[in-house]
Amino acid sequence: MPLDSDAVRRIALLARIAVTDAEVAALHGELNGILGLVEQMQGVDTAGVVPMAHAFDMHAPLRPDVVTETDRRADFQAGAPAVEDGLYLVPRVIE
Amino acid sequence: MSALHSMSLVETARALAAREVSSVELVGALLGRISALNPSLNAFITVDPETSLRQAAAADQRIARGEAGPLTGVPVAHKDIFMARGWRTTCASRMLAGFVAPYDAQVIERFDAAGAVNMGKLNMDEFAMGSSSESSFFGPVRNPWDLERVPGGSSGGSAAAVAAALVPAATATDTGGSIRQPASLCGVSGLKPTYGLVSRYGMIAYASSLDQAGPIARTAEDLAVLTNLMAGHDPRDATSVARPAEDYRRDLEQGLAGLTIGLPRAYFAEGMSADVRAGVEAAIDTLRRLGARTVEVDLPRMELALPAYYVIAPAEASSNLSRYDGVRYGHRAADYTDLADMYSRTRAEGFGPEVRRRILIGAFVLSHGYYDAYYLQAQRVRRLVAQDFKDAFAHCDLIVGPTSPTVAFPLGAHAADPLQMYLSDIYTIAPNLAGLPAMSIPCGIGAHDLPIGLQLVGNYFAEARMLGVAAAFQRETDWHRRMPAAATA
Repeated sequence: MPLDSDAVRRIALLARIAVTDAEVAALHGELNGILGLVEQMQGVDTAGVVPMAHAFDMHAPLRPDVVTETDRRADFQAGAPAVEDGLYLVPRVIE
Repeated sequence: MSALHSMSLVETARALAAREVSSVELVGALLGRISALNPSLNAFITVDPETSLRQAAAADQRIARGEAGPLTGVPVAHKDIFMARGWRTTCASRMLAGFVAPYDAQVIERFDAAGAVNMGKLNMDEFAMGSSSESSFFGPVRNPWDLERVPGGSSGGSAAAVAAALVPAATATDTGGSIRQPASLCGVSGLKPTYGLVSRYGMIAYASSLDQAGPIARTAEDLAVLTNLMAGHDPRDATSVARPAEDYRRDLEQGLAGLTIGLPRAYFAEGMSADVRAGVEAAIDTLRRLGARTVEVDLPRMELALPAYYVIAPAEASSNLSRYDGVRYGHRAADYTDLADMYSRTRAEGFGPEVRRRILIGAFVLSHGYYDAYYLQAQRVRRLVAQDFKDAFAHCDLIVGPTSPTVAFPLGAHAADPLQMYLSDIYTIAPNLAGLPAMSIPCGIGAHDLPIGLQLVGNYFAEARMLGVAAAFQRETDWHRRMPAAATA
């Protein structure tokens, strides 16, 4: 059981997902179940194996340093929950 | 000419080109079927008849001017994971329930440029996380073969819409089996191309090193035509592969002589239900009769694919889905005390239970003290799984086995236990980890008169050859022509 209830709360805080006490109790079982499945790979000898992040060993491709995007700020902000003067509004963080 | 809705994509295109039917007539007929059947199937999240008919009218004009391409006027529906400008694009999540896409995915651009008609946005598992299409905020998709059963997932709407003959073809995406497993459970054909073949630009991200778009349709020939349209380099996706264009139809008439098929012992050992085993073994006999030679191959680390996937995919998901913060787009909680509380409540309300689970697992395996033991170990295991395929392809051209261990299961069957749901993808996940192309084609009817799918896994960029094998199989069998009663009504 790699996760206890406090660890579930800590991860939920890291992930910025609010959880109730009842949800913590349910998640405790569910997440440990998934981690139990994952445990199968812990015993595998992977010494010297290079981690595989991707199907192909690709380099980040470079493109010419020219402007490719047009200004569509109004379009992109049309779906925002709160916008004023072209700025996204969030709750005050500095008093 | 057979009934309009039961034609394949290629037959539809031929009828349009020969002016046997106009795109407006065809699209109107299919919109009628959608409005009649979708209330019970729930395959579509969004339908916009006015826009579809306007696109159809434009296609008819293009055909009249003699400027038609192979897909002009052909109706196609899109998984609601692809951004389509002006269309609501939800990824089946409350988080994006009111989101209207401000730009087109590359896949959508390609279909639009070809003159295809967008028939609407298809239901799916929320953020493509699931194997039953039950986790959608918009309610579960139902299987046209049996409305009390799931269509598979995550591209359940795509597979169900094609199976019910609401559209001749649909787009889909596959991160751990999300094209192939629903294709199998709904009795249609689906191709997940090699990683990087189809641009992910404008495709809402789940696990970026695994996500790949592909088509679902009735026949291998249709998949080849659709892959010709969808594949190709796109500089806006850094993982898009730059390589010369191919004609994926080129091997459709080629037989199986000289083909060596690998049968992985691990796939046939256990876990498969008896009806699926019978269907798959009969299909392998058919392939032998058509001239293929079969050899047993080993994929010794196959049982590690599922555990590695459930570290890597959630890790990437937790990173990708951090963008949904209630600031720039999507849902924002109504009540909160401060910024941190706004984030947390927004995400708790906006994401469903399976998405929350995967984000939390991802946050855990990437967290300090666990990263090496979980995430790096999973990436090392991923390389071992990919190496197993490499070794197997030294002895064969193609790997064949089941797509799903069972036929379609009842709605709610795995609701209480996510792990049972995950096992539904036991045969499909490994090719995603390796980045290999894989497809599913109908190969029989099993328990409860439900379809069985055969999985074909090819080497990198072997799509044309795989489609050729599938086409040869489909000339010899009629499983892909079987339709549920809902489709023939």
